[in-house]
Amino acid sequence: MANGRTPPPRTYTNIVKAENLCVSFGKVQALSDIDLAIGRNEIVGLIGDNGAGKSTLIKALTGVVRPSSGRLFIRDEPVDLGRYSVRKAHALRFETVYQEKSLGEKQPLWRNFFAGRQIVNRFGFINVREQQRIANEILQSHLGFRGIGIDANSTVANLSGGERQGIAIGRAMHFDADLIILDEPTTALAIKEVRKVLDFVRWIKESGRAAIYIEHNLAHVHALADRLVVLDRGRIVANIRPTDMDLDALTHFLIALHEPTAGVAA
Amino acid sequence: MSGARAKEAPAAAARSPALLLTGRRLEGLPIIVVFFVLIGIFTACAPRVFLRWPIYDSFLVTIPPLLILSLGLTLVVAAGEIDLSFPAVIQFSGFLFAFCSLQLGQPWLGLAAALAGGALVGLVNGVLVAVVGVPSIIITIGTSFFWSGVATVLCGGLSYALTDLQATPIANIFAGTLFGIPAEAFWALGAAVVGWFILNRHRFGEHLLFIGDSQTVAQVLGINVVRERIKLFTLMGVVAGFASFLLTIQNLNYFATQGQGMLLSALAGVFIGGSSVFGGSATMVGSVFGALIIGMLDAGIVATGVAGFWVEVIVGLVFIVAVVLHIGIENPARLKQLRRRLAFRE
Ligand SMILES: Nc1ncnc2c1ncn2[C@@H]1O[C@H](COP(=O)(O)OP(=O)(O)OP(=O)(O)O)[C@@H](O)[C@H]1O
Ligand SMILES: [Mg+2]
Repeated sequence: MANGRTPPPRTYTNIVKAENLCVSFGKVQALSDIDLAIGRNEIVGLIGDNGAGKSTLIKALTGVVRPSSGRLFIRDEPVDLGRYSVRKAHALRFETVYQEKSLGEKQPLWRNFFAGRQIVNRFGFINVREQQRIANEILQSHLGFRGIGIDANSTVANLSGGERQGIAIGRAMHFDADLIILDEPTTALAIKEVRKVLDFVRWIKESGRAAIYIEHNLAHVHALADRLVVLDRGRIVANIRPTDMDLDALTHFLIALHEPTAGVAA
Repeated sequence: MSGARAKEAPAAAARSPALLLTGRRLEGLPIIVVFFVLIGIFTACAPRVFLRWPIYDSFLVTIPPLLILSLGLTLVVAAGEIDLSFPAVIQFSGFLFAFCSLQLGQPWLGLAAALAGGALVGLVNGVLVAVVGVPSIIITIGTSFFWSGVATVLCGGLSYALTDLQATPIANIFAGTLFGIPAEAFWALGAAVVGWFILNRHRFGEHLLFIGDSQTVAQVLGINVVRERIKLFTLMGVVAGFASFLLTIQNLNYFATQGQGMLLSALAGVFIGGSSVFGGSATMVGSVFGALIIGMLDAGIVATGVAGFWVEVIVGLVFIVAVVLHIGIENPARLKQLRRRLAFRE
């Protein structure tokens, strides 16, 4: 129901656009005047220090936290922020992959794939068989989890970090999103698993979708992103095309941000 | 290719027993075993009592209100919360029912009032927990005092004899007998089936499990945490209101302190049953047998000839053993660690 099977035509310019977006938690102003547009088939790398506001920004874009002011456009249409929610974002075909905190630890995979948008009958009862069938299908065909003893009934707590990431990615693929948001998806993964995540980002680009990719490893984002957006203390301080600035220059630029005198030069 | 196959095989073999245990295990099995072992012990110690029907008949009358409370609490515990205010609901809703029956001559209105009164208490709890953000263990202590006080003020500390309701339809339906079995037992069974489906098969139950697992995850997945928690506490209030009604109509009497002894018993039923104190995992079948055990121990121990003073000691022991057992099953690593530590001491 939530993932409407008829994809809206991809005729828009920007999948999502924020104008003067501000988010505050009590007295803490986490984001100030964010202006950001993500193109229809654009991979945008979001970088910045710990606490810069990266996660908060994507939470605002996906309806997890409510902005205190500003405007939001999805597929060029204005969104009523007062009624925006994760459920709406899902219905608008946004998906998020986090390193952690997106799977219920003690719950089986067939619940985790569908939580928040279960396959239910009129009275709200879950079609367990169907959810299990689809979960097994995702595990076997998309993720190649065949034969390692993980199935729809396995609980997340028994999975490794790489396997969990696979589950989150499989979920995003199943719901066929137009915008996929990855928040530090490679944290604590081994090289082989990191490569799978990077392949997934490439797949997003090739299949005509858009992504926001938060990553502390500059080499990864620099190689994959069409554009890098630098956040610092809740503000966007730079928009960089990776082709215009190589990895070394980027590293120096980011270090310079925090030397009090160099801020102006940037 | 054959090499790849060979590599896969041992891994699959290593994982599948674990899968059998977690996926296919009969829900609540350990506590069902404990239940029948207890019945066995009682029968061995007091065959004249436990090989005859009357004791079971009395269990089927006394246990249902407790069991229904445990079912509601199972949902609360699944969401990682606790509700200590249900004894106050038993006082408050019981009063509403008694008042409507006696003063207005409207027992059915009384039933509706008992449920609505419970819903009101629960709604207030839910708003205070979900919107204001007070931990439920704290706030339900406060609301408990408040509603218990309100009930006492309203009834003036008096009890109400409801003997006029004897053999009326409402008394027959809720506290009569059907095929020689107390009606309460059927209501409890019905509640258990509904509870099981809500927890394990309904969207609402799944939301509670995810909230109990982690609030952040639930939020990120698009679960409306605030709304679901308000619904949860309201439902618990209604459940307690119904338990209160059942208790009052089976005794045909309302007294101002009713429900006082049920706080620990109903909670013990849930945790003996194997629901996790940490939230995110709960079992209705376990709670049914947990409540049966708690409800049975009292009468059972006395019937075996052990002095009544020992009841609490034994209840405490059963509780501790059951909870440790559950942690051992849930998390075998912890038991292994303990064993290693003990071995080290020697
Ligand atoms: N729920 C919240 N309540 C209060 N403050 C918050 C909340 N969430 C985030 N913040 C604050 O907002 C700021 C931005 O946090 P955010 O998580 O967006 O940083 P980040 O850029 O994702 O950092 P990291 O790279 O460490 O993940 C921080 O100062 C943080 O303390
Ligand atoms: Mg972050």
